[in-house]
Amino acid sequence: MEFIDYYKILGIDKSASEEDIKKAYRKLARKFHPDLNPKDKEAHKKFQQINEANEVLSDPSKRKKYDQYGKDWQHAEHFEQQRRSQPRQESYTSGDFSDESDFSSFFESMFGGGSRQRTAKFRGQDFNAELNLQLRDIKKTHQHTLTVNGKNIRITIPAGIENGQVIRLKGYGAPGVNGGPAGDLYITFVIADDPQFKRIGNDLYTNTTIDLYTAVLGGEALIDTLNGKVKMKVSPETQPGSRARLKGKGVPVYKQEGQFGDLYVTYGVKLPTNLTEKQKALFVELSQVK
Amino acid sequence: MQDENMVPATTFCVHHNIELSFIHSLKEHGMIETVVVAEELLLPLSQLERLEKIVRLHFELDINLEGIETITHLLDRMEEMQNNIQRLTNRLKAYED
Repeated sequence: MEFIDYYKILGIDKSASEEDIKKAYRKLARKFHPDLNPKDKEAHKKFQQINEANEVLSDPSKRKKYDQYGKDWQHAEHFEQQRRSQPRQESYTSGDFSDESDFSSFFESMFGGGSRQRTAKFRGQDFNAELNLQLRDIKKTHQHTLTVNGKNIRITIPAGIENGQVIRLKGYGAPGVNGGPAGDLYITFVIADDPQFKRIGNDLYTNTTIDLYTAVLGGEALIDTLNGKVKMKVSPETQPGSRARLKGKGVPVYKQEGQFGDLYVTYGVKLPTNLTEKQKALFVELSQVK
Repeated sequence: MQDENMVPATTFCVHHNIELSFIHSLKEHGMIETVVVAEELLLPLSQLERLEKIVRLHFELDINLEGIETITHLLDRMEEMQNNIQRLTNRLKAYED
């Protein structure tokens, strides 16, 4: 547990007046408020520190105690022990501040959990989580159960969701402070690269190899898609590196049911090897035909 | 008439401990949409998230309505830009691979 310089956090000096503290707090709270810094963990952390500093310095009795014992907080613990051994003059409602997580252990050691009398309500901290998916997981809208901070949360993953896309689950973040609303849970979807398909927007790109005879004369090729193999017509005289399109065989368009991107297939041509004498002769003959 | 997609403004105000006049001010500023049914002011559920954010900005940070209007507009633009950046990053990554 380290000493926390609340004056430094608020950017004021020890002689600051109540008005100075209020002004400094307002200024910083506006800068780091979670609503103004969505998905910014650092800003949320900073906001908690500012709140804590304000909690202490805006309350004359807490400020006095902090000024007296702050730099040597172990003495404050001792002070607290002595105070606790005396009959209490105030009664505190237990459970009001059951979640202490948004205060530092330094604060707890100085002021305990039950002695806080807050006036401001603040929204709880937002949580961030990542959900790793495969490309094939996004071909259909489906349900998924996540465990976040020991809580099971069932979410719907819409088909076609993008890598890096974030969804917000309202109220699944940390509980609010002093009766404020709970924060939100932001889930970032991380979609792993697929060894077979490259995704660009809603379209997919893949490669397939056909033999020389199909490339020259035309025919059919079996193509892998997200939903299994499909037969595709290969035009005669298909060149290596040329590309064909399979309409509607790409990724489902996000939140637009029934709409899909396309699958683009780039052809590679495999030349025959281990030719027989007859085959060689035929190639020679072919090469001489003008 | 109670619609499952609407919440009475009075219920919202009681829950958030705010005056109904605040909702009226927001409506006058064109910052939220409301519906009046049988003389009752209703808030569409789709507006609640935005409204709660406005309440927090106003009461926690003392930001006036003009300021909130500017902030929400900029936050909307920021979110749109972040989504665009993400889409472009994905696209770029696909070409770089």
